[in-house]
Parts: sequence; structure tokens; C-alpha cells
Amino acid sequence: MSTVFAQAPRAGVAAAAPPRRSWVQRVFGETPSAWLYILPAVVIIVGLAIVPVFWSLLLSVQDKDPIAETTKYVGLQNYRDIFDDPAFTGAVRHTLIYTGLFVPLSIGGGLGLALLLNRRVRFIGVYRTLAFVPVVISATVQGVLFSFIFDDQFGVANSLLHRVGLGPQPFFADGGQALLLLVLAGLWAGTSCVSFCAVVYLAALQDIPPELVEAASIDGARRAGVFRHVILPALTPVTIFLVLWQTVQGVQLFDIVYAGTSGGPGQSTYVVVYYVFRTIRDSAYGTGAAASYVVAGGLLLISLTSIAVHRLRERRA
Amino acid sequence: MIRRRLPFDPWHLALVPVCVLLGLPLLWMFISSFMNQEQLNRFPPTIIPGSLHLDGYRFLFDDASLPTWFVNSTIVSAVVVASNLIFCSTAGYAFARLKFRGSGLMLWLILATLIVPFQLTLIPTFIILQHLGLIDTLWALVVPSLVLPFGVFLLRQFFLSLPPELEEAAWIDGCSRWKILLTIVLPLARPALSTVAVITFLLTWNDVSWPAIAISSESHATLPLGIATFKSRAETNQSAIMAANVLATLPVLLAFLAAQRTFVRSLATTGVKG
Repeated sequence: MSTVFAQAPRAGVAAAAPPRRSWVQRVFGETPSAWLYILPAVVIIVGLAIVPVFWSLLLSVQDKDPIAETTKYVGLQNYRDIFDDPAFTGAVRHTLIYTGLFVPLSIGGGLGLALLLNRRVRFIGVYRTLAFVPVVISATVQGVLFSFIFDDQFGVANSLLHRVGLGPQPFFADGGQALLLLVLAGLWAGTSCVSFCAVVYLAALQDIPPELVEAASIDGARRAGVFRHVILPALTPVTIFLVLWQTVQGVQLFDIVYAGTSGGPGQSTYVVVYYVFRTIRDSAYGTGAAASYVVAGGLLLISLTSIAVHRLRERRA
Repeated sequence: MIRRRLPFDPWHLALVPVCVLLGLPLLWMFISSFMNQEQLNRFPPTIIPGSLHLDGYRFLFDDASLPTWFVNSTIVSAVVVASNLIFCSTAGYAFARLKFRGSGLMLWLILATLIVPFQLTLIPTFIILQHLGLIDTLWALVVPSLVLPFGVFLLRQFFLSLPPELEEAAWIDGCSRWKILLTIVLPLARPALSTVAVITFLLTWNDVSWPAIAISSESHATLPLGIATFKSRAETNQSAIMAANVLATLPVLLAFLAAQRTFVRSLATTGVKG
């Protein structure tokens, strides 16, 4: 209790504060009952989101023997193991390819779609509804649907190719094509698809004051000039958000793989979270935790770089 | 040179193909769910079926699992949405209006989880729930999502934007904190609450990653998980799987069409303010 007295004369607020405060108020602050308001949130979020982050770190340097039920410290062995595991290095490579294609395509496509939908023509409401519907489609439906449409034997895509006189494609039977098709499925629907980017961009476009665009065109700027020098800069904050968001979504890809290809053919569509999922199924928690940390480190690096790049640009401007 | 004028805005020439392209997979899903095995397993496959069949739907309903998955999905989504509305409101209100020790630290902790990649928490969450005996029950799906950090943050921001005078007046009139929250603040927060409801519903109803890890028995599967396992089990019965897809999509699709404005606004706010 000595600290309370020690601070009292310095604080100066003490004089204004009510003379008597119950011990509850001294410990929990002016409104102790506030803790009741936040308790559920704190228990769930700290218990199942904060604690696990550190727990994962601990797991990643341990080796648990599920049969003997012993745990021993193994240092960085799990990390060494996963980098020697071709399934993991393959998963990292596929994740990078997926993200590298998915992020620019979804954001570029989203911007294009938003610009298309940002014009007052007839039936624009109907067009917007049609264009936004894919956002609510679940990843399972995406994965399953695409694996059927692009089935090498019975898929409707090959049927269409046949109609126009082209030879059949292996599609999901071929590792390389399967990964590209997953990108396509990701672009089409779900909470990080082209349509989602378009929703966000359209809202941002409608926030641009029309006077700004008018003023620029009166000053003699051409359409392309207005776009480059007025509209694009106004969209920058949203673009930064989308780049980060889409990257995180790309790196965390799991559900389309789970429902669409189950990692196959072979292991050609293994992605990192799918790898972690397999380790949980095998109770190999140490390897799984190490793999998660490698990915989290990568994500952290990406976000820090993009923030740094943004800062540098702002300083130059 | 005579410029021929189109009877409509040329903009439509770009809009129509784009919308058709985005709609095609869904259209195919609906069509193929009404085709029979014979039509689907032909090579080259039929594109426009000559006749429609209900084989897929019949197969699904003879297989007793689908209604169970539907009920499971509904229970999980309903509980998660309700608990988020309640607990995100109380927490958001406390962080916005009440003074208490530790509020800064707790808010910071909750915000920090927004940027934690979910696979970092995956394994320990699994272990914790396993120790509590909740793995492979519906509880495992509900508990981690009871309070989502984005909801707390979103509602706190919204409450901060409300003028405090109303609440102060009520406080002076002897209204309790709970009553102020229930009768004054929450009715004003309708748009923010609907955003929380829409986003949590969409995320919970469509999620398959966590159910795939936490649930192993079919009787506790949700709709997306059930369909994914059903696909690997009945690979050959395409129309039934497509019918299942249609039934899984219908609720969110109808919700979207009924409340499109709310959906679009909610998704946009996550982007513009998140």
C-alpha cells in the first residue's frame, strides 16, 4: 500500500478525488464493475488467442512423445526438421506462388470491377448485386464446385473446350494447373475475392468528393490524368489495407485446398496451413508449431516491409 | 463518318460479360444439382440438360446426415452471433466509456490479436479444448468465437462516436449503467450491431478450417465440413454433392439478397476502417 501514499502528493489529482475510495476501487479503478463488462472478452481472447501465441513458441522447441507422454526440450530441432521435409518446403513454395498471384490479381481485378460499377447506368443496382454475390459463397462450395467444373474427365470446362475444338486439359489432375485453379477459385468467391476488393474500393470511390474530380477536369486534366493523379492517390489507404489483408488471407489459405484438392495430386497443392493441419492430425504438435512460427515470421516481415516502404514514400512525397 | 449511336450506354457491354462470368460457376452449381448421373457422367459432359431431375436432392435426404449438419450449423452460428452481440457490446462500452485500471492494457491485448495469424493459435487452442473435453463437440466450434476482437473494437469505435451528453443526463437522473447501455446506447448502435451480426454470421456459417480440425465425427459436423467429407466419400455422386452445395449456399444467399445494403456496408467498413 506504500506505493499509493508515495504517489499521492505528486499526482495532484488526489486532492480532487473523493476522499474515501473503497479497496475495490483502489485496485480496479474508478468503475470496478467495468471488469464484469469485459470479463468474457478478456477470458476468451486472452485465453484462446494471447496465451496460445506463447504456448506455440514453447511447443515449437519441444518434442512430445505421445506414447511415453514425455516432453523434452529439443531446441531448434523441429525447425531443422521441417526445412528438411520436402512436404513443408513444397508447401512454402506453393503458398508463395499462390499469394504472389492472388494478391495482385484480386486487387487489380477488384479495382477494375469497382470502376465498372461506379457509374450511374441503368440497372446498376442489379449489376452490383450480381457482382457482389460471390462474397458470401463459402470456401467449401468454391473448392468442391471448382474441382467438379475442372475435373479432367467429367468437368464441364473440358466439355466447353471440346465444343470450341480444343483438346482436353488435365486441370486438377496436374499439379501445376491445380495450383493455378486454386488461385482462380480464390479470386472468384469468398471473403477475400475480387468482388470483396471491389466492395471496398467502390465504397472508397464513392467517398471521393466529386468536386475534386470536377476541379481537375476543369483544369484541363484528361480522363487518364484524373485517374492517375486524383483517384489513385485518394485510394492509397484502401489499397494498403487490401494488400496487407489479401496477403494475410493468401498465406493462410486452407479451406479451398481442404475442400478442393486435399493437397493433391500427390502433394502438389500442399500449402502451409494444410501442412499444419496434417501435423495436428498426426499429433506432431512440435513440428506444426514450428511451421506456424515460420509463417508468422514471414507475415511479420512482409507487413513491416510494406509499412517501411509506405513511410519512405511518404517522406519523399 | 457517321457515328452510330447505340440504343443503350456502351458501359453495359463491359458490365454484362463481367457479371455473367462471376455468376457462371453458381449457375452451373444450380443446373448440375438438377441433373442425373447419366447426364453428368457422359463424355463430353452435358452443358444444357434436356431434362431436370431430383435424384441428387432425393439421395441427400435419404442420407440422414444433411439435416443434422444443417441444424449444427444453425446452432453454432446462432450462438456465436448472439454471444458476440452481447459480449462485444458490453466490452466495447466499457472500453469506450468506463474508467478502470487495466483498460489500456486489456484493449491493447485485444487489438494485438487482430494481427496474430490464426495458425499460431491453432495448436494450443486445440490442446486447451481437448483438455476441457470439448473437442469433437459443438462447444469446440462455439467457444473460440464467443467474443471476436474485431467486434469489440468496432463497437468501441462506434460508442466513442456517440455524444456522451445523453448518457450523462440519464446517469444524473439515476439510471444504472446497465440500463443506460440497454435503453440508450444499444438502440443508437443498430448499424454497428448489424455489422457485427452480419460479419460473424458470414464467418461462422462458411468456416471450414476450424471445424475440420476440431470435429471428427460426422454427427457433429457443420454444413461446410459435412459437404467436404461427403465429397471425398461420394466422389461419384456429383448431383448429390451439388445439391448439398446449393442447400449450403441458399441461406447466406437469401440473407444477402434480403439485406444487401447491410452486407455491403459491413464488408466495406471492415476495409475502410479496419
